[in-house]
Amino acid sequence: MDFRTCVNIQKEWDIVGARQFGRDFSKKLGFGIVDQARIATAISELARNIYLYAGSGKICFDEVENVGSRGICIIAIDTGPGIKDISQVMEDGYSTSGGLGAGLPGVKRLMDEFDISSKTGEGTEIRVVKWVR
Amino acid sequence: MDALKLDLSHYRELLKQYIDTQDESALYEAEQISKRSIQHNISLEEIINTHINALEDIYPDLPENIQHSMSFLLEVMISYGLALQEFQDLREAQLEIKSEISVAARVQNTLLSTEKPDVEGFDIGVVSVPANQMNGDYHHFIHHEDGTVGITVADVIGKGIPAALCMSMIKYAMESFPSEHKNPSEILESLNRVVERNVDPSMFITMFYALFNPAASTISYSSAGHEPGFYYHAADDTFEEIRAKGVVLGVTDMAQYRQYEREIHAGDMIILLTDGVTECRQGDRFIESEEVLEVIKGFSHLSAQELVENVYKHFEKLQDFHLRDDFTLIIIKKDV
Repeated sequence: MDFRTCVNIQKEWDIVGARQFGRDFSKKLGFGIVDQARIATAISELARNIYLYAGSGKICFDEVENVGSRGICIIAIDTGPGIKDISQVMEDGYSTSGGLGAGLPGVKRLMDEFDISSKTGEGTEIRVVKWVR
Repeated sequence: MDALKLDLSHYRELLKQYIDTQDESALYEAEQISKRSIQHNISLEEIINTHINALEDIYPDLPENIQHSMSFLLEVMISYGLALQEFQDLREAQLEIKSEISVAARVQNTLLSTEKPDVEGFDIGVVSVPANQMNGDYHHFIHHEDGTVGITVADVIGKGIPAALCMSMIKYAMESFPSEHKNPSEILESLNRVVERNVDPSMFITMFYALFNPAASTISYSSAGHEPGFYYHAADDTFEEIRAKGVVLGVTDMAQYRQYEREIHAGDMIILLTDGVTECRQGDRFIESEEVLEVIKGFSHLSAQELVENVYKHFEKLQDFHLRDDFTLIIIKKDV
């Protein structure tokens, strides 16, 4: 797992860099065009969250394997204010109603696995996985 | 994620047929595909992908710039696809809530059920219909051993679930009062303290409480800011507002309620209601209470139950079968 690659997110422009890297990486892993687009959208959401709410952080990419199937693992890490009420941000309609985009429930829908941990005042880590079908 | 894959070869054939002929029947088929896809939760981006694949199959030499433009379209549609999925999930969640509420409404009906008194010399009619599933109006009859009947009509300002929850509390508070405690002014004063202590300050309850004595043909009553009822004088065929002063329940714990009494004469009617009756709307216009009385008069030859039901039907129709507020009407007619 040491060949993990990370893209730092500080400026809005960095979101594009993270998308580009994620798309190339998922293409290499054998994802189809639709899944590539889904993965890129998920990365966008994660990176935008860092850019908008945490100020800075990074998006890291890994290849994962599980009984014969390959997948992409994306970890978004920031040292921002953290999320006080995770259930609330995971609720449908919480972010979309304000027109903020798909939000974390959207990321969860786009990917196969989703895991979040957050500490107020320390930061947030979100780990998502998608398997090649 | 996709319950069913779109049939690529079928899509390709249709697309080709349309490109060759611009035939309406192909478009009709396309509509069917679209409907089936929604039914089977096929995502928007999956459809576009199928389109791209079909196009590439039909035109193996598809110019690269067109291919790129299709990838661009696919990307644009991803968020729409997500929004659609969210919409579907929310719709399911809404159905669940709806069925929960209908269970709650049934529970409420059982909790707040009351039996219309059957008293000699009088004819009583009751109708109480919620605007939504749960009723924020409340009416209750208490049958005392000495033959008198306590009659409550109440309205929580606001409607729906919070109002309904509040009403269940009112009912149990009233049941806990000692049975010799039946003077309207005392009941409202005790209840006022319960409401003041237990109910959210943003919620107000208006109540009319009457003690009906069929043997003496009298009714004594007090009101806590409730919509005034009406008294119908058969002798001169006129209506009189039943005025009673008193502050809404729960505003101050020291509220006092004046008690009034009147005799009921042969052929007269006591009309108790909530503002859902007097504030019926026709389009944007609130009806006048004279109109309510006109309608009541028009049906006054009927039995009390038929009377209230016909009045309700009249206003239900006037409001295009869509009640804006809970509607409760009680009429007590003294036999001639």
